[in-house]
Amino acid sequence: MTVYFSASLRLEQISIALAGRELLAVDATIVPGEVLTVMGPSGSGKSTLLAYIAGFITRDFSASGGVWLGEQDLLSLPAEKRGIGLLFQDPLLFPHLSVGGNLRFGLPRHIQDKHQQVTQALKQVGLAGFEARGPATLSGGQQARVALMRLLLSKPRAVLLDEPFSKLDTALRQEMRTLVFNQLRDAGLPALLVTHDLADAKAAGGPVLELG
Amino acid sequence: MLRLAPALIIALLVLPVAAGLLMVLLPAFGYLPALGGHGGSLAPWQMLFAQPGLWRSVAVSFTSGLVSAAIALVIVVLFLAASRGTWLDRSIRRLVSPLLAIPHAAIAFGFAFLIAPSGLLARLISPSLTGWERPPDALIINDPWGLSLIAGLVLKEVPFLLLMSLAALPQLVPEKRLMLARSLGYSPTIAWLKTVLPSLYPLIRLPVYAVIAYATSVVDMALILGPTLPPTLSVSILRWFNDPDISHRFMASAAAVLQLGVTIAALLCWWLLEQLTRLLARGWLTNGSRQRGEIALRVVGRSALLFASITALAALVGLGLFSLAGFWRFPELLPQMLTLDHWQRSGPMLVTPLVNTALIGLISTTLATALVLTTLENEHRQHIQPRRALWLLYLPLLVPQIAFLFGLIVAAESLGVRPQLGLVIAGHLLFVLPYVYLSLAEAYRRLDPRWLQVARSLGVSRSAAFWKVRLPLLLAPLLTAFAVGLAVSIGQYLPTQLLGAGRVTTVTTEAVALAAGSNRRLIGVWALVQAGLPLIGFMLALGLPRLLGSHRRELAT
Repeated sequence: MTVYFSASLRLEQISIALAGRELLAVDATIVPGEVLTVMGPSGSGKSTLLAYIAGFITRDFSASGGVWLGEQDLLSLPAEKRGIGLLFQDPLLFPHLSVGGNLRFGLPRHIQDKHQQVTQALKQVGLAGFEARGPATLSGGQQARVALMRLLLSKPRAVLLDEPFSKLDTALRQEMRTLVFNQLRDAGLPALLVTHDLADAKAAGGPVLELG
Repeated sequence: MLRLAPALIIALLVLPVAAGLLMVLLPAFGYLPALGGHGGSLAPWQMLFAQPGLWRSVAVSFTSGLVSAAIALVIVVLFLAASRGTWLDRSIRRLVSPLLAIPHAAIAFGFAFLIAPSGLLARLISPSLTGWERPPDALIINDPWGLSLIAGLVLKEVPFLLLMSLAALPQLVPEKRLMLARSLGYSPTIAWLKTVLPSLYPLIRLPVYAVIAYATSVVDMALILGPTLPPTLSVSILRWFNDPDISHRFMASAAAVLQLGVTIAALLCWWLLEQLTRLLARGWLTNGSRQRGEIALRVVGRSALLFASITALAALVGLGLFSLAGFWRFPELLPQMLTLDHWQRSGPMLVTPLVNTALIGLISTTLATALVLTTLENEHRQHIQPRRALWLLYLPLLVPQIAFLFGLIVAAESLGVRPQLGLVIAGHLLFVLPYVYLSLAEAYRRLDPRWLQVARSLGVSRSAAFWKVRLPLLLAPLLTAFAVGLAVSIGQYLPTQLLGAGRVTTVTTEAVALAAGSNRRLIGVWALVQAGLPLIGFMLALGLPRLLGSHRRELAT
């Protein structure tokens, strides 16, 4: 795996409020290859924090604070220019594209050897030869792996994970945790994980921030 | 009883269309004993193909259908892609139902008043930009290429396709797809086109086909905006059927079969275009291009639909101006004086058509709503989800009206049913029923089943739960569906004209009949009345639930 040279993700005195009531306050720096876990019960504003960083916050919430990637101010950029990859509970593979099509969707346009990159990515997660399959024919764990590779192929500069393992079977969960965190570490990306599962935080191995 | 409902609906929709087609097909080959045709002759076809300008008529019908549908679809798709979450998006969503409710004929008249050589547009730029002191001698409406007809059709098709798309979108969860695509670096409009459209199109394919079928065979709009020498195929057919010469009726039957062929050919051509687009777009979807074209698409997407809506509204304003105009010299933008004369003089003549319109609309929509409710309730109780049956529902919308309505009259006459009010109502039911079903079904199925489970667990019977829980909870969508049905009925020209044998007059038949003359003030009055009736229906549908207490509606959602 190529090592990307990424910068630190800095969350500078972020505060998120709903109807005048502060939900959470975060001040942290995540260095490349590290996973910061934010833990808290539902309704504590974890997902809103991710939406704020990625550029999708809705008008109901008011948020303040800075988001920096190295020297770059992310808040001044539209969501698509921030270079922040998202991993959700649901793999959200596009149903109108094949597995290979979903991975190509993630690849930047100028890449030369797209075919080889897709093949390689599938092989890495034990899905060699799955290019032409429809996403619906894959098991939940397989879909999650494709979603992870789609994210990595898009060469993000930081990654946000929104309870990405909560919908998987218990048996699969540990396997996926290992896979995801190893891949993120290898790629040298700063990552922010929000979860309410302590085992996720342990597997992530980074600092933990508890809310609420 | 309830179990019979789906079969009844299908019989109501399929049998008349099938009988009508059969009774057009037979005379097309010379068989119609009532008129002395005893079979097996190609004479009607020979006579048809000898008509001057026939192929030009066919070409105009074919292209105006395809081109208008394509333009309308592109406008709607680009709007949805480019305007999500903007103020434009929110205001257009509020405008779309009223715009859809305006009948074809009213839009056509209003649009004609806008673009005619002495219309509002020419007045706006004259004489300052053009130097015209008198209306230019140009054939703008009724142009031989059918361009004004295409433009008029687009104005009507855009709100229909938009409404159908807006109804289908929520089940695709577009917000999630967009969020994911944007986090991968796609700009918003491109993201929508690449991730939402491929899943949306299959859901609006049937409405698109209905638009093409309608546009290739439309009569009222073609009478007002279409070319005249020769007119579109549908208008020619109407003329031939009404010709006193009996042999023309056989030829008209052959022409109706030809019309069916033209519509099928247009649908086939569209299907081929679909396949071609899919093939060409496959590479584009996954080529990783994330930004290219964003700005241009965004500008076109927002302005095109805005332009279409403003045109439709301006058309209505034009109708109002002409209906109130006193003396109005050409280059002047506004009449020198406004008068209620035309309204007062039309008043007495409006009564009978208004009563007929209301009667036909209310009865056919009430019947349709009752039938749709029983079918949906049966669906719910039997736990069935019809997918294939949807095609049958669209049948009266996919088969050109002009191709089977004449046959339907022949079939009715051979059963001893004379053209009159009852037959007109039955005919309207054919077109009202699908729209009522389409606008009600989604809300009906989406209602949380636990409401009814709670009611049943409290000891309420199934039918009591239907009346006391389901209907009150569905009041708002029910009223909207009723308003949609009314609007569809009010706008019908051909079924009223043919099945009433010209003796049942409605505001629509009277308005279209004025097209031949050139009294714009009178046309303004009638077209405005025609446009106003469905709007009243929609306002009632939106206002009643609020009067009855909106706090209860909030509970349901």
